[in-house]
Amino acid sequence: MDVLHWDGTLSAKDFRVGAFAFAQKWESLNSGFPLWVWVLSPKHPWLASPEEEGYLSLEKICLSRPNEEEIDQISQIDTEEEGTNCAGNEDVIDDATLVQSNHHELHYYDFHIVYSSTFRVPVLYFRSYCSDGSPLLLNEIEKELPACSSKELSKSKWIFISQEEHPYLKRPWYKLHPCGTAEWIKLLFLSDTARPKFEVVLELYLLSWFSVVGQMFGLKIPFKISN
Amino acid sequence: MEAQKFVWEGAIPLQIHLHESQVTALPPPPPALILAPRIGYLPLLAPLIKPYFSSTLPPGVDTIWFDYNGLPLKWYIPTGVLFDLLCPEPERPWNITVHFRGFPGNVLIPCEGEDCVKWSFINSLKEAAYIMNGNCKNVMNMSQSDQLELWNSIMNGNLEAYQRVSSKHKLSTVDDEYTSLCLPKAQQSLGETNLTAQVKTGKVPVRLYVLSIREDFDDLDEMPLVDSWRDLLHKSTI
Repeated sequence: MDVLHWDGTLSAKDFRVGAFAFAQKWESLNSGFPLWVWVLSPKHPWLASPEEEGYLSLEKICLSRPNEEEIDQISQIDTEEEGTNCAGNEDVIDDATLVQSNHHELHYYDFHIVYSSTFRVPVLYFRSYCSDGSPLLLNEIEKELPACSSKELSKSKWIFISQEEHPYLKRPWYKLHPCGTAEWIKLLFLSDTARPKFEVVLELYLLSWFSVVGQMFGLKIPFKISN
Repeated sequence: MEAQKFVWEGAIPLQIHLHESQVTALPPPPPALILAPRIGYLPLLAPLIKPYFSSTLPPGVDTIWFDYNGLPLKWYIPTGVLFDLLCPEPERPWNITVHFRGFPGNVLIPCEGEDCVKWSFINSLKEAAYIMNGNCKNVMNMSQSDQLELWNSIMNGNLEAYQRVSSKHKLSTVDDEYTSLCLPKAQQSLGETNLTAQVKTGKVPVRLYVLSIREDFDDLDEMPLVDSWRDLLHKSTI
């Protein structure tokens, strides 16, 4: 099979193989960053498939925001680089005030990459919550996303977010709708002048896919597709 | 198309009780008796149900949800499917409980009204279209008025209107041609060339809900109550 005739989709087995490849590459490219974990889903005795199903999980991620950098610098506060906090306060602030004015909840994100057997592509499920576990609504999440990427992507015809039941956890999660994935991922690989072999495409599939969808959350991968 | 007409005309008699936590005046209001279309969704019944209970509700914003024997009902599953799944020994009328407060957001996806149900339906339609055609272009390219007409046909149980819009957008599941060919040739194997030449092989989107039972029982009456959605699995397949 060559890339030209490929429809942009993955089999369940390819997804599993690709998931492990992605998790390994992620570890080697992002030292110090939390790792993706493969979670096995419970097997149902009446299902014929012998292979185990699962998904990739990356949890309890705090997306860095401008005021978080300020919190990090509490111990080494430099009045020249306080910038503006979310209240637009440009005054010089000392340690005590910095802790107080930025002492609002940290928001955590969980990301799961789940295979969709209908669309035959990976799907990103995510949710966000405060440290006490209370969930964030979509409009609250959108306020936190990197401004330019969320605006661009919301205008894009490829991105839809809907709230649906997590296929394994049976709880409400947000998901990026997968119906355009096969098309844009095929375009992504076709635009690579190096015309990689199909085996290489499979190995790089999830990394390429995440390099696009992860941008919504400011999760960037230092990655060159030709490598 | 008899089978489709039969399903569309089906309805489930519901006896809807207001949950005790929502009763602010004694005596508690009597249950509402409503005939719900099988091809329909419980939240869409809100305008019919509310008048029965509005005088006894506590103050606040209403967000309707239902439970059956304590199990919160997933509103995006059609009423007929919920009934067949949870009540295999049919209970007539089906006794369910309505709530207007205390939406269990950790278990159920929020439903703010008719629009939510409509979008859930359209998303399912996209998935079905993807299985049938390999892409969802026919659903994405539907005009607003066609989408509305399709949705209204579901809300009103109008099969003709539904068929009109769905066939316009290549959403009919089985061709009439195929059905009439299949019947007389039921005995022949599909390997025969004259049959395969005339029959279009298509994909039929199916969503299968499976209820798993862990204990043996002799009678459907004795079936243990479903107390968790963990026992239910659904998969969309070809």
